[in-house]
Amino acid sequence: MIISANILTILTFLPLVGALFVLIVPGNDKIALNNIRRISFVTTGLTFVFSLIMWSMFDASSPGFQFVIDQDWMGDVIGYRMGVDGISILFIVLTTFLMPLIVLSAWGSVKTRVREYMVAFLILETLMIGVFSTLDLAMFYVFFEGGLIPMFLIIGIWGGERRVQASYKFFFYTFVGSVLMLLAIMAMYWQAGTLDIRVLLQTEFSTDMQFWLWIAFFASFAVKLPMWPFHRWLPEAHVEAPTGGSVILAAVLLKMGGYGFLRFSLPMFPDASAYFADFVFILSVAAIIITSLIALVQEDIKKLIAYSSIAHMGFVTMGIFSANIYGVQGAIFQMISHGIISAALFFSVGVIYDRMHTREISAYGGLVERMPRYAAAFMLFTMANVGLPGTSGFVGEFLVLIGIFQVNTWIAFAALFGVILSAAYALWLYRRVIFGVLNKEALKSIMDMDRREMAIIVPLIVLTIFFGFYPAPILDTTVASVEALVSQYQSTVGALPISAVAH
Amino acid sequence: MIQAIVFFPLLGALLAGFFGRQIGARNSEILTSGLLVVAALLSWVIFFQFGFGGEAAQPLVQGATDVATAEGGHGDTAMFTNVMKVELFRWIAVGDLDLRWVLRVDTLTAVMLVVVTSVSSLVHIYSIGYMADDPSRQRFFAYLSLFTFAMLMLVTADNFLQMFFGWEGVGVASYLLIGFWYHKPSANAAAMKAFIVNRVGDFGFALGIFTAFVVLGHLDFDGAFAAVEGATGTTFHFLWADWDAMTVITLLLFMGAMGKSAQFLLHTWLPDAMEGPTPVSALIHAATMVTAGVFMVARLSPLFEAAPATMTVVLYVGAITAFFAATIGLVQNDIKRVIAYSTMSQLGYMFVALGAGAYSAGIFHLFTHAFFKALLFLGAGAVIHAMHHEQDMRKMGGIARTIPKTYWMMIIGTLALTGVGIPGTSFGFAGFFSKDSIIEAAYAVGGTNGQFAFWSLVIAALFTSFYSWRLIHLTFHGKPRASQETMSHAHEAPNVMMVPLYFLAAGAVLSGVLFYGYFFADIDLIGQFFAGSIVVDHAIIEEAHQAPGWVKWSATIAMVLGFIIAWYMYIRRPDAPNRLATQQAYLYRFLLNKWYFDELYDWLFIRPAKRIGTFLWRRVDDKIIDQGIVEGLGNRVKDITARVVKLQSSYLYHYAFAMLIGVTAILTWAIVAGGLLG
Repeated sequence: MIISANILTILTFLPLVGALFVLIVPGNDKIALNNIRRISFVTTGLTFVFSLIMWSMFDASSPGFQFVIDQDWMGDVIGYRMGVDGISILFIVLTTFLMPLIVLSAWGSVKTRVREYMVAFLILETLMIGVFSTLDLAMFYVFFEGGLIPMFLIIGIWGGERRVQASYKFFFYTFVGSVLMLLAIMAMYWQAGTLDIRVLLQTEFSTDMQFWLWIAFFASFAVKLPMWPFHRWLPEAHVEAPTGGSVILAAVLLKMGGYGFLRFSLPMFPDASAYFADFVFILSVAAIIITSLIALVQEDIKKLIAYSSIAHMGFVTMGIFSANIYGVQGAIFQMISHGIISAALFFSVGVIYDRMHTREISAYGGLVERMPRYAAAFMLFTMANVGLPGTSGFVGEFLVLIGIFQVNTWIAFAALFGVILSAAYALWLYRRVIFGVLNKEALKSIMDMDRREMAIIVPLIVLTIFFGFYPAPILDTTVASVEALVSQYQSTVGALPISAVAH
Repeated sequence: MIQAIVFFPLLGALLAGFFGRQIGARNSEILTSGLLVVAALLSWVIFFQFGFGGEAAQPLVQGATDVATAEGGHGDTAMFTNVMKVELFRWIAVGDLDLRWVLRVDTLTAVMLVVVTSVSSLVHIYSIGYMADDPSRQRFFAYLSLFTFAMLMLVTADNFLQMFFGWEGVGVASYLLIGFWYHKPSANAAAMKAFIVNRVGDFGFALGIFTAFVVLGHLDFDGAFAAVEGATGTTFHFLWADWDAMTVITLLLFMGAMGKSAQFLLHTWLPDAMEGPTPVSALIHAATMVTAGVFMVARLSPLFEAAPATMTVVLYVGAITAFFAATIGLVQNDIKRVIAYSTMSQLGYMFVALGAGAYSAGIFHLFTHAFFKALLFLGAGAVIHAMHHEQDMRKMGGIARTIPKTYWMMIIGTLALTGVGIPGTSFGFAGFFSKDSIIEAAYAVGGTNGQFAFWSLVIAALFTSFYSWRLIHLTFHGKPRASQETMSHAHEAPNVMMVPLYFLAAGAVLSGVLFYGYFFADIDLIGQFFAGSIVVDHAIIEEAHQAPGWVKWSATIAMVLGFIIAWYMYIRRPDAPNRLATQQAYLYRFLLNKWYFDELYDWLFIRPAKRIGTFLWRRVDDKIIDQGIVEGLGNRVKDITARVVKLQSSYLYHYAFAMLIGVTAILTWAIVAGGLLG
């Protein structure tokens, strides 16, 4: 019981403890650096184990918050309130699962300022877990925005040539969004008299107020996710970020936007959500089609994958605001699955970037000759990205589409073009990088993945396929909370179960 | 037993794929082929149990036999279904959606099992010889087995989504195999094209699945079929208007079938797919995968029966494809491409049968076609093998005596394809029975639709006969046009390649006459044989049986005419083709360039997509969103912050400062407000 009562505290602050240890490791020689890496790996690994323990103790049949901690902190305004439900718990597991892999990927490729790199990531992990586990709106804001600082440093210090512009853009976008959200949070406090998310979820805001609050939160989440046309920072940030940064950015940080919509916009401002639903749908479809077309003509591998990420997030927003069980379940699944697949894709790009130090597609070609293992893994992830049945990428997209189809056939129709286009850009990328004749001098001695790289890639392969065939562990965990969310939303808004429309 | 049939190929694929290097090429070949042979033998056992077991086909291995009555489409037959289902595990369960991985076996599945595993095992064995010099044979066999697994998942599907899984799975395997020789740019392009064009079809398939779920409330087949009656006549709001619900569902689903089965408008990928190794063409692009569309329509026949408008569309698409593909086949010079267009044309025949409502006749042609078309492809492979990887028929000729066994195999295939036989007797090659069944069924539809389909097919039969014999004449007869050196090396293929041909030849001779009764001739037998796994529309089959004599002879006459013209043009007067080509230059070029569909699509879709993509990227994304709005605004903000903050350079400080203000503000406010309120 000690564990279950404190598990969220342990999870959230364990990485911070690890960061402390990393800081006090003396010296900067080889042994010290290896110790730093080991400490980081053990810390993140332990955190992952704890998150699995939490998942195993989680009661999936209950829709409410579990492992709740509720203590006064600053006056009685900001409290130390933690808790997870079906919507948030898996994001924590996703985060903790990826962290050890990121530490592992940095083992060979990050050579400068190893200590700072590890500290930045460990702090980032604390902040990310905090976002998904806090039940206090003010703390949510701190975690949500605080996560930007380490990310900003990761891009700015270990990034590529244009890292300064990239981090500037990153800063600008998120800054505008966060200011509005802060104002909204204050307004909500004045209205409800508390920042306790559990209370706020039960508070009914007036329709007028919902309207403004929705917009303020939207500004922040739409940038974060990102939705078209607030996406422009992402390609830059991805291109310049080091591999670990790209992975965490695509896999976890983007999901905070989707999580925000699910945690706040939909349940707290249902009328406004219903009012804005069509607007979100149109932006989602625009994201899917426009960014897919843009991805088609990219010449930089990371940029292509970044644009493809935006397109996939279009499915997420679409599913969330379809506000039925299929759409929301699909959106959550899509976020988790994209967390796995996009991480895998960015790790994969990292593998060849570490060898060739270029992201230009035209610098590659024919890699399959020297890197058959890599080619096979990359093929699988390409197919998962395309949403092939049997990979986890399919399940989310399918559920979202079946959800949105019940709301509006036009949107589903348009979104399906993304399915065609994604095949085009993904296979076109694969063809130029992996297939063809290996005739570039620089590539002739390139080596296939080593054991460390395999240790990163193989778990991702296993999960991609496993959840493709057996998505139940994810869907069963989220179902109770999602059902509660959807039924509460529909009873407020008065939406019909659409299946009836056909007859 | 069914688990073994489905998962042995997967096992083979995984072993050869992951451990191919350790166990060696030869062992990989033997392993994958051996597993498939076992699967094929078991499939025949299942086939006889289901098709001919009658009452004995009660619970077979495990899983309950589910006996249910279902109304035939036109309400004049009550049928009993005989189904075995083996549930593996849950898949997607959300809300009312409860999808499971289930292996479903009934007669329709059993027919497909036999076709898939038999042809696949023969192709595996053949490939041991054909691919003997290829350095990455393990990979080839792994792909072949993987394909077979996906195809088996498709035919044993018990719900729409599992079918979609198999559907996409065979698509990927096809993509990998077409692009098997990845150093060839043309092979890579063809592989991509196949995948993407199929995705266009899947676009419709997916929408069809969604609509079916909303309208019928079920995605498992039995549930959906049971709901058809209630949904017939209802409307569904799709895009801008209300449509007849069943018509929308079936039309969208049929779009998927058109992609996979390379029907008119979505056909462009199939000829290019010939870039893959020849055994692949035989297995995937002739015998099995491309018939998935036909299988789908037959499997969903209760849905299609409720949508007469869709049936008419199916009929027309099939008839147009049969004719259209045959015209292109007339002038192609690549031996594999001729056979590819022939395949496309024959698939059109099958769809005509389905559109006419004679599902059993369509499946019959699928069944016989698998044998003789695989035979022709593998025979062509033996020719290519003999001619040093030359595929251009203009550089062949006169090799009948050099490779007599292959020659006779090709002759048998051609006799079966062109439908040689005597109407009214039981003498005939496989294609004779199945093709004539379809032509009679088309005639039986009657009206303009029936007439159109009937004449299209008869003319296509003439063309089929012409291009098939043209192929034989150009390849085997006349004077050798290959170099002296090639001719001197030309030799018969090894036994490991020839023996599969003998088996297929047996199928090409016998599969028609043996099963004619069960698929078309005897209406009671059809009902017993299929046991409710497809709709058997008695009226149309009776009508087809009653077709007048000249109709029954029409295909045979067309076949003879085609043979004579081919003989005249390529044996009697070998200068005739060239003269005709110069006389009808425009027509010739039109056909040679495949009606210019590739050019049209390139101009209509591919270039605009790239141009729009570039425009959206450079102009909209970079110029308007990025520089215009963001940097414009950003500069203003930067100016202000720079003035306020007075911190030197580096955005880092700006950001940290902003954060600091944010956090300080919220903390101060919390303390003050908290203090005040508390």
